[in-house]
Formats: sequence, structure tokens, C-alpha cells
Amino acid sequence: MATLQLRNLRKSFGPAEVIKGVNLDIDDREFVVFVGPSGCGKSTLLRMIAGLEEITAGDLMIDGKRVNRVGPADRGLAMVFQSYALYPHMTVRQNMAFALRLARVAKAERDRKVDEAARILQLEPYLERRPKDLSGGQRQRVAIGRAIVRQPKVFLFDEPLSNLDAALRGQMRIELLRLHEELKATMIYVTHDQVEAMTMADKIVVLQAGRVEQVGSPLELYHHPTNLFVAGFIGSPRMNLMPARVVDVGAAGTTVALPSGAQVVVPVDTGSAGAGETVTLGIRPEGLRVDPSGPIAGTVALVERLGGLTLLHVTVDGNQMTVQIEGSDATRAHDEIRLAVDPGACHLFDTAGQALPQSMRHPLAA
Amino acid sequence: MKATPLQRLLATVFGWIVALLLFFPIAWMILTSFKSERDAISSHLVFDPTFESYHEVFARADYLTFALNSIIVSVGGTALALLFAIPAAYAMAFHPTHRTRGTLLWMLSTKMLPPVCVLVPIYLLFRTAGLLDTTSGLVMIYALMNLPIVVWMLFTFYKEVPNEILEAGRMDGAKTAGEVWFLLLPLTLPGVASTGLLSLILCWNEAFWSLNLTSASAAPLTAFIASFSSPEGLFFAKLSAASTMAVAPILVFGWFSQRQLVQGLTFGAVK
Repeated sequence: MATLQLRNLRKSFGPAEVIKGVNLDIDDREFVVFVGPSGCGKSTLLRMIAGLEEITAGDLMIDGKRVNRVGPADRGLAMVFQSYALYPHMTVRQNMAFALRLARVAKAERDRKVDEAARILQLEPYLERRPKDLSGGQRQRVAIGRAIVRQPKVFLFDEPLSNLDAALRGQMRIELLRLHEELKATMIYVTHDQVEAMTMADKIVVLQAGRVEQVGSPLELYHHPTNLFVAGFIGSPRMNLMPARVVDVGAAGTTVALPSGAQVVVPVDTGSAGAGETVTLGIRPEGLRVDPSGPIAGTVALVERLGGLTLLHVTVDGNQMTVQIEGSDATRAHDEIRLAVDPGACHLFDTAGQALPQSMRHPLAA
Repeated sequence: MKATPLQRLLATVFGWIVALLLFFPIAWMILTSFKSERDAISSHLVFDPTFESYHEVFARADYLTFALNSIIVSVGGTALALLFAIPAAYAMAFHPTHRTRGTLLWMLSTKMLPPVCVLVPIYLLFRTAGLLDTTSGLVMIYALMNLPIVVWMLFTFYKEVPNEILEAGRMDGAKTAGEVWFLLLPLTLPGVASTGLLSLILCWNEAFWSLNLTSASAAPLTAFIASFSSPEGLFFAKLSAASTMAVAPILVFGWFSQRQLVQGLTFGAVK
């Protein structure tokens, strides 16, 4: 059992405030991912939870107990560092047993726990090696093993996969998910890679400049971003954003006009915003398709062929738009094309960057 | 860029010239120690090797007492300096404040003060405290003398250790002492060793304080040498024999630890 509550957590380095009041609830056995651009404070927030950074203000509760002043080792957490931070002068076994040795656990018990962790992580053949004789992926597993043997209430991961190559990263992602299943532990994971966030998280916390922009399941964030930042950050390729003007508000939704005059009906409830209002129209790349009778006209600037997908970079009213098409498409650069829009993939944002509520929730984004 | 054979030859010749220039006084001293007093001041290069000077030196002074004092004050001074420097360097390397740089520079600046400036106050302090001509007094002054260099060197070695390794230790439950003992010291052992070696050598060779603060019972080998540059005239052969015996232990010691020393002194600079 381990739940965490962050209550108005703040952190200042001198006069600079880097965490500006974070509120968050983390449930038992939840896999929570902090994601955001570099410098958004996600690592600092994790280090505050770990106890490696002092908390300037606010309360950090683990299982309902305030732990602001509890030392890192006594919070019952274990951390996997980006650089792995293995002890270079110790063997894999000694690395994994170090915490137990400090806690004066008997040798037999220590060995049993290390062997158990080594079995889970398939590290048995390497127990007597030193970190320098291991590959990047093996070091990563030792770092995880060091966390496992302590049987912590919460696992903390600070960008653990960013030093691995792409193939290994994909494999480790799956291993970590399997581990989460097997250990049934609460995990908090920091990354700047939104693919990691989308694929691994039960709950994503999007951070920017020390503030939480949105908290939700991956699909909730994808289909119902609450503001422009989350809309632009989650999803690859990025959501197309372009300026538009509200023309009409009706029962079917809101009709907006692009600068060229092309009109799109979006199933969004504009609330107080009426006709004539300036908004930002957001369309996911897969919500656009080539259609000779579509409302939007543009010129293809570039075609990226990924085999299973084709990405068209289209210039519309001087703005770049990305169109994602299933399969291989015959469209070529410099083609003049027209685009049709899937209304369900459209979002409207007011001038403050806040999303206007969509009339329909995506069925998978509860 | 690869050096041409000529460049390599020039570099080799230059290296040998420098090495010979540095080694010449020591070689000359050792040669002179095997001469008779007459040969020592003659301009002839050829001489009859003799142990005469060594016999006389042994007869006149108790070499072993001096040598033992040298060992006590060098090892003691180094150990005491390390005892204070290890925590000091740890604090400055891993918990720096905006004053850390200034503190380090200030510590080093004390080495720029000529020791003779503080001779009188130190002498009076030693006299009052009853530390004159005691090995414990010398141990203290040597520790203080080397502290800035030892702290500075340890600081640079500690700086090479990634903070994350110590943080991982903290997460694993290590308190400050555990961090230093289980992680920092093993990781920087080559650096700590070469710092200790350098401190040992500096203590061994120190003459100013040992000559001024000791007379008989605590006098180390530097005082032993000085006692042979006597008012009755310079006896070069005996002086050389005494000097050779005084530097021999540290030369042998330095020979065996040279790899460690060079590795330590260039650690961080190269790489």
C-alpha cells in the first residue's frame, strides 16, 4: 500500500521559484508519469518526493503521513537515476545489496533478496561483475535491481531510458511495464519523451514552468487536452494549430472560418464565446484526409513516407499543417490538394489558450 | 597530429637534458658522500670510493633517532591533515555555498605567506604550550602547513565523483559518514593516496619549522643534516653522506610510489 499526496508543493532556489504549487494525488499501484519540456521542473519535483531536494513550502504525504522532514532512506522509496549511478567499485551483487547492508540485514537474507531480484531481471550471470564490464541495458537493470531489493513502497524513475539506444529503449519500456505488473508497486516516472508517457502511464502529469498543466489518462490528454500547451505537447506528429474566427454557433456545433474563408464545423460548445470571436483551431494530423471536395485548399511542401503511414506537410494559408494518412499514398510534393476534416479530431481554444468544451467525450477517455 | 622522427628525437634529447639537470645535484651529492674530505674539495673527477664519511656520520650522531622522528612527524602530520581535510573537502565539493570558492582561495593564500613571518608568534605559542622540541608539536604544525594543499587536492578529486552516486547512496540509507566511508573514499582512493604521498614527502623535506622548533629529542632528519654544516667549517663529504642518508628513504619511497603519484597529480587534468 502506498499513496502519495502533494499539497501545494513549492520549491525555490534562492529567489527563483521552480515548482509553483503542485497538487497531486497518486493512488496505490498507479504508474504515474511526469512529462514536460526540459526545465519544466519534473525532475526537481521527483527529487523533492525522493527527499534529495528540500521542500520549500507545502506538504508531501506518503500513506497519509507528512514526510517533508523525513530523510530520503526513511521514506520507503527507491530511485533509479538517469545515469544509473551504480557504485563503480562494487560488484553487481554488492551494488544491489548495499542498502540491505546499511540496514544491517543478515547476509543470508541479503543474498536471498539479491538472487530473487537478479532472477526477475535476468541478471544472474552478471552478479560478480563490476558495472564497467556491463552493457548499458545491463547497468540499467542493475539500477532497477538495486531499487527492487529494498521492496520500496514507491519506485521513482528519473528519465531512466534516455541513455539507451532506441531499440533497447522500446524493450526496456515493456520490461518496466511487466515489472510494474509483477511487483504491484506504485511507480513515478519522469520523462521528456511523450511516447514513453503515452505507452506506460496510468496517469500522466503534464508540467510546464513548475505548474501542472493537466493530469489524466493518456487518452484523456490526447483527446481532451485542456489547453494549447498540452494539445501541442501530447501527440506525435503534433496537433495542427491555426488561427480561426467563430462564424456561427448552432446545435451541430460551432462553425469557424480559417483566414482563407474555408469553413469547418466543430462539435464544440463555445459557451459564452459568440460569433466574431477569435479562436485557435486544433486538428490532429490523423483527423485530416485528402478529399477533392474538402473545404481546405493547400500545397504539399514535403512528403514523409514511413511505409505504414504517410505524412504530408501541407502549406495552408501560409501555415504548415501535417496530414497523417494510413498506408502509402501517391500524393507528391508540390501537388495542389484539398483536405477534409474529421470533426471528432478538432479542438477549439480561446484567446487565453484554454480548450472550449467538446460536446462529445471520447469513449476510451473516461 | 603525429610527430615526425626528428621531432621525436628532439623531444627525447630535450627530455634527457632536463632529467639530467634535475638529477645532477643528487647524483653529485651521492658521489661526494663516497669521497674522502680531500677528494670532495678537489677538482679531480677520479677518486677512491670510501665509506669513511658514513662511518664518521654514524659515529657522531644517532641516525636512527632522527629517522624515527622524521617518520613520526611525517606520518602523523599527514594523518592529521587528512583527518581534517577529508570532511572539509567533502563539505566544499558536495555542499558548496557561494563562499566555497573564496574559502578555498583563502586557504591557498595562506601558503603565500613566508613562514618566517609567523615564526615569532608560533614560537611563543609553542613555548607557552610546552610544545617546543616535541614530535606532537611538529605533527601539528606540519598538518596545518599541508592542510590547504591537501584540502585543495581532495576537493578536485571529489569534484570528479558524480553527485548522483552519493545521492543513490543516500537513497539506499547511507548517512554522511557512510557516504564518505563506503562510497567517496573507495572511489577516490588513488587521489587520496597520492595526496597522502605528496603530504608525506613535503613533511619529510620540511626544514624551516623543524630547525626552529626542535633541538634534540624531536629533531627529524633535516636537523640531522643541518648539524653537519657546522661552524668548524664545511665538510662536504660528511654533509653529503648525511644528506644521502636523510633523503634515501623518501627517494626509495618515491620510486615505488611514482606511478601512484603521477596518476594522482594528473588525475582530472588529462582524461
